[in-house]
Amino acid sequence: MNGHEICGWGRYPVITVEVHAPKVVSAMGGLLRDAAGSSILARGLGRSYGDSSLNDRVIETRYLDKFIAFDPQTGVLTSQAGTSLAEILRVFLPKGWFLPVTPGSRFITLGGAVASDVHGKNHHVSGCFCEHVERFEVMVGPDRVVTCSREQEPELFYATCGGMGLTGVILTVSLRLKTVTSAFIDQQTFKARNLAHSLELFEQNSRSTYSVAWIDCVATGQNLGRSLVMTGEHAADNKLDLPVKKSLAVPFDMPPGMLNIHSVSLFNTLYYNRVRGDMVRKRVHYEPFFYPLDGVLQWNRLYGKNGFTQYQFVIPKSAGLRGMSGILQEITKSGKGSFLAVLKVFGQENPNHLSFPMEGYTLALDFKIEKELFPLLERLDAMVLDLGGRVYLTKDVRMSAATFARSYRKIDLFQSVRERYGVNGVFASHQSRRLGLDL
Amino acid sequence: MKKVLVVGASSAIAEAVARIFSGQGAKFYLLARNSEKLSSLEADLLIRGAALVHSERFDINEHWRHEVMLNTVSEVLGGIDVALVAHGTLGNQQECEQSPDLALQELQTNAVSTIAFLTRLGNLFEKQGRGTIVVISSIAGDRGRPSNYVYGTAKAAVTTFCEGLNARLFKAGVHVMTVKPGLVATPMTEGLDMPKALLAEPEQVAADIVRAMEKKIDTLYTPWFWKYIMAGIVHIPTSFFKKLNL
Repeated sequence: MNGHEICGWGRYPVITVEVHAPKVVSAMGGLLRDAAGSSILARGLGRSYGDSSLNDRVIETRYLDKFIAFDPQTGVLTSQAGTSLAEILRVFLPKGWFLPVTPGSRFITLGGAVASDVHGKNHHVSGCFCEHVERFEVMVGPDRVVTCSREQEPELFYATCGGMGLTGVILTVSLRLKTVTSAFIDQQTFKARNLAHSLELFEQNSRSTYSVAWIDCVATGQNLGRSLVMTGEHAADNKLDLPVKKSLAVPFDMPPGMLNIHSVSLFNTLYYNRVRGDMVRKRVHYEPFFYPLDGVLQWNRLYGKNGFTQYQFVIPKSAGLRGMSGILQEITKSGKGSFLAVLKVFGQENPNHLSFPMEGYTLALDFKIEKELFPLLERLDAMVLDLGGRVYLTKDVRMSAATFARSYRKIDLFQSVRERYGVNGVFASHQSRRLGLDL
Repeated sequence: MKKVLVVGASSAIAEAVARIFSGQGAKFYLLARNSEKLSSLEADLLIRGAALVHSERFDINEHWRHEVMLNTVSEVLGGIDVALVAHGTLGNQQECEQSPDLALQELQTNAVSTIAFLTRLGNLFEKQGRGTIVVISSIAGDRGRPSNYVYGTAKAAVTTFCEGLNARLFKAGVHVMTVKPGLVATPMTEGLDMPKALLAEPEQVAADIVRAMEKKIDTLYTPWFWKYIMAGIVHIPTSFFKKLNL
């Protein structure tokens, strides 16, 4: 099975590689044995944005998607790593269970969620995905599967959670689901005049289970950082029914020039003014609340055929308003306004070696890939580094090894664990080589 | 509570259909060649809500086991409401052209053994006087195309057999549905160069099958547009058809 074109969700870069998709777990050992001498990488649904799921030889886990065990007493679900979060919700929500943490797309696998240690709108209260993972099995070599938990092989556990697949192939994951009594979310939307107001609203709502803000990155001056701050709580109306809604799809690549400062500015103004009054309460289904973009299949085509990247950084709380304002100003000044800008307050950092979140503020923006973009992102990197922040590996496609080394502080620990299990260089990606983790 | 027999249970389409029925609390008897796939599917279906799942290693080419197997299934489940016959192999056409043995092997698995099995299955359903038999055939059986006419021959035989069986069993209250999937992204079709725009997911095909069973459709093209594509292809004059590389 040679010569398959693959890419991340940002559709940049697109590379031709060797793809293997084993039908049974027992075939995995043979694939690793065949790969001896060159590197290999497990890949789920390919929703990470950049090059973190790319390698010249990949193992797709899409057929390894079987539930293995579920304990209704504890809510612990054990499943093969290729199972998608969408499938878990489809089967378990009607029974009153929900994901403890979910990112903005449900079309990702359990294995990918662990490898990226994904976060969601409840990071400030529930932390990252892996904080709800009890244990997992990871194949570190053709004849060796290691069961990891916080008690058993803990170093490999902390390296693999957020480890971008660089410690082996995650085979199964045991995740603790949480109970809910409704498929609906009670949502509050606040209109924030500017960045200071946005951060203040986060502060006031720090006890809300879910919170996120959609920032208008085109607004400048007095309006810099104006946003809609949304909070949410699981409703308690005992309505667990599922939606029967068809998804829209973007049928073709957007022609160049459609997404420009005028169209984005218009969209943002309309979006912002959609909310009348200072605060609006609404009961919404969990799908539009957590996955507004999953409703538009293949929305990554909106950025045209050259693809796009999402730049997500975090800065410590101490850097606060001033730091965030500086970066936002740099972005608005560039005129490369993004369609999507999400602001969120993170809670505490976890002990995983390469996990992204730290206590502070995070902002995520999309940028169309074009030559002039890269110098801008370099400037943003420098600002983020000065403030003591870092950039999210799951979205990254261009960060330098030096920036990575300065911002992720447990790289040495991560590498020493990889060495101990003999997986360095064996499991690698385009990203890991770019960042200097592999040759 | 539906009692469901699945032959070729590890095929992607069968698995997706079984997952839908498991959500309705069905009882299953799963048959497939690969016991690792069977045991992982068994656990999966139970967690999804299946009331009972039995599974057993089974090769359709073991004709001598057909009768005993069917009696066992019927006894264990207490009758069969739905039998899904979904096993199959997609041999390499070029190799089949060079080796009559290989061509016959393909016909054996996809046609001869299937017909042998359906003969017994049909009689069992006739005796029951109820139930639905769903057979996965293929659009490949609609016309002999140079790229896969050996597989197509087997599927044409199965399609014709099922049409006759349906007309016979209808009088006994049994429904036989022939399913003709188009291009589906499954392990069987992996590595084939297929146009992405026409490619369906097994889940989509499975949902079509379940819907069509309820409506008692006789021949189901899935996804729907294949009905029109194949109607077009069937009507291409042979003098022109043979010049094409389909």
